[in-house]
Amino acid sequence: MATSVRARPDGSPPPAAPPSSTGPRNHRSTSGGWRSTLYRWDIKAIPYVFIAPFFLTFAAFGLFPLIYTGWLSLNRVELGGDPQWKGLENYTDLATSEFFWNALFNTFTIGIIATVPQLLIALGLAHLLNYKLRGRGFFRIAILAPYATSIAAATLVFAQLFNTDYGMINTILDWIGVGPVHWESSKWPAQIAISVIVTWRWTGYNALIYLAAMQAVPQDLYEAASLDGASRWRQFISVTIPSIRPTILFTVVVSTIGATQLFGEPMLYGGSVGISGGSGNQFQTLSLLMYEKGWVNNSLGQASAIAWIMLLLLLLIGGVQALVSRHNRKKLGG
Amino acid sequence: MARTLDTTTAEAAVPHQPGTPRSGHRSGRRFRQTAGRQHHAGPLTYVLLAVAAVVSLFPLYWNLVAASHSGERVVQAPAPLLPGPRLLDNLSFAWNQVHMGEALINTTVVAGLVAVSTVVFSTLAGFAFAKLPFRGRGMLLSLVVATMTIPPQLSVIPLYQIITDLGWFDQLQSVVLPSLVAAFGVFFMRQFLLEALPIELVEAARMDGAHSLRVIWHVVFPVARPAMAVLGMLVFVQAWNDFFWPFIALTQDGNPTLQVALAGLGAGNHTVDHAVVLTGALISTVPLLLVFAFLGKHIVGGITAGAVKS
Repeated sequence: MATSVRARPDGSPPPAAPPSSTGPRNHRSTSGGWRSTLYRWDIKAIPYVFIAPFFLTFAAFGLFPLIYTGWLSLNRVELGGDPQWKGLENYTDLATSEFFWNALFNTFTIGIIATVPQLLIALGLAHLLNYKLRGRGFFRIAILAPYATSIAAATLVFAQLFNTDYGMINTILDWIGVGPVHWESSKWPAQIAISVIVTWRWTGYNALIYLAAMQAVPQDLYEAASLDGASRWRQFISVTIPSIRPTILFTVVVSTIGATQLFGEPMLYGGSVGISGGSGNQFQTLSLLMYEKGWVNNSLGQASAIAWIMLLLLLLIGGVQALVSRHNRKKLGG
Repeated sequence: MARTLDTTTAEAAVPHQPGTPRSGHRSGRRFRQTAGRQHHAGPLTYVLLAVAAVVSLFPLYWNLVAASHSGERVVQAPAPLLPGPRLLDNLSFAWNQVHMGEALINTTVVAGLVAVSTVVFSTLAGFAFAKLPFRGRGMLLSLVVATMTIPPQLSVIPLYQIITDLGWFDQLQSVVLPSLVAAFGVFFMRQFLLEALPIELVEAARMDGAHSLRVIWHVVFPVARPAMAVLGMLVFVQAWNDFFWPFIALTQDGNPTLQVALAGLGAGNHTVDHAVVLTGALISTVPLLLVFAFLGKHIVGGITAGAVKS
């Protein structure tokens, strides 16, 4: 018997029932043939029984709807009505729709403004938390508190803070002599405000993930670096960052997936004009446009086409990210 | 995409722990970090972390402040900074007049059911992927990881049609059923059981002639308990805050979860003042904040041990 469990243990063929044996006789004198047959069947089939709930749920609520959405996107459909085959018409309609391009562009810009600072701040915070420090537990829980806040609650609070007329943020800007910023009606301020909500909710979460990765970096790498006279900053750049590269890639991927689906924040930030992403669609994302097409204009085919475009987008971004990370790995030779 | 992702996510999602002594029974250890902290923090570090803590907590504090003033006061500049006298009035109004009380009960039921079922099914599947040999194991595990990248937007349209056909629109089962088990949970439990469950334990039980369900009950569940607790908390938080699908499947005046009720308030479906809206936000946040305050350490451990956000 091995005394340690390796990362990939091979399974445990029980000595009682070698898989090759077809005889009805069992080593164990206590049980008859039918029991051993049952037992062998148990060993063979049980893994599939255990994973079945996941795959059945996924098939019913994930895979089937996904494929069906693809089929719907080639039809004209209203809720309760019969689909009419339209081929690629939904897609060509979208390609010529300024609303679609606007939503695509907004999804992209909000995604960048929300993700890049978020991950950079998270890296910095993780680095700070990695020092020997008093009150570590408190700081960790404090920066994680926004993660406990729902999209809806966080957005409603920030919508008040960002209110153009009476919000605290414009009050503070007024004190330092900056004129009122139109946080909702102007495009870029509105997108920045929405990105702030996303950043506020996720920065602490990502910081803790980075922190865990940093704590797994072997201590002797730092010792070697400081013997070579590397400053702390230098150590951070040359030791910490390369060591946690896979974790960084992971958070980039997850944040990208999240940013592509942005829905609740812009919708609730826009209040009564939230579904259209503001009075001039200045922060309508793809998800919002999809909802508007499907549930406001009742054209489920168009909505399905947008959903599939989102999937293609994610595949595209994922492909690019995979290429970049492979390229980086090659360059570093590791 | 997923094919190329899965190895990196698998590597990244569970940071490699420096070799902790392996003990199946006190496996909570895996979540405790033994750190390579190299230097003592200087004053600047404390200042920056304090700023981060204030920025993180201030909106929550201000939510409480706004919920304790009148609607007129909340929309006057400068915004109030100290709690006011109207918290109880606002709470009772939000609770009774705009469905927040009912929504709180609904959300607790949904999040509880989703958490329990996800934990049980994820443990079964995680155990199979970690410890049992079967054909197609690697490929199926990659598939599990791949499903994590599919946005809910791709399934909501058919799901919406299905629940309307079944007469489940605005019924809680329409938000519970699709979430009975999560890919993240399966992966999380697999990573935990790989290290925490010595195969000898399973073999020994098998030698004694235990069938699989007994092995699960007497061997796997006891060993997996700490991870199950953490996963349960993470899933509960996720289900509590879930927005997109509930917003489509439920209505504010029918059977809302807290998020659906809040979305209705925010969109101005009921003409209530901003103080009431923010009181609603407070009602949805405080229960989870309490969970974090008491169990935060474990949640931090869980997030860092199986980092996936949905």
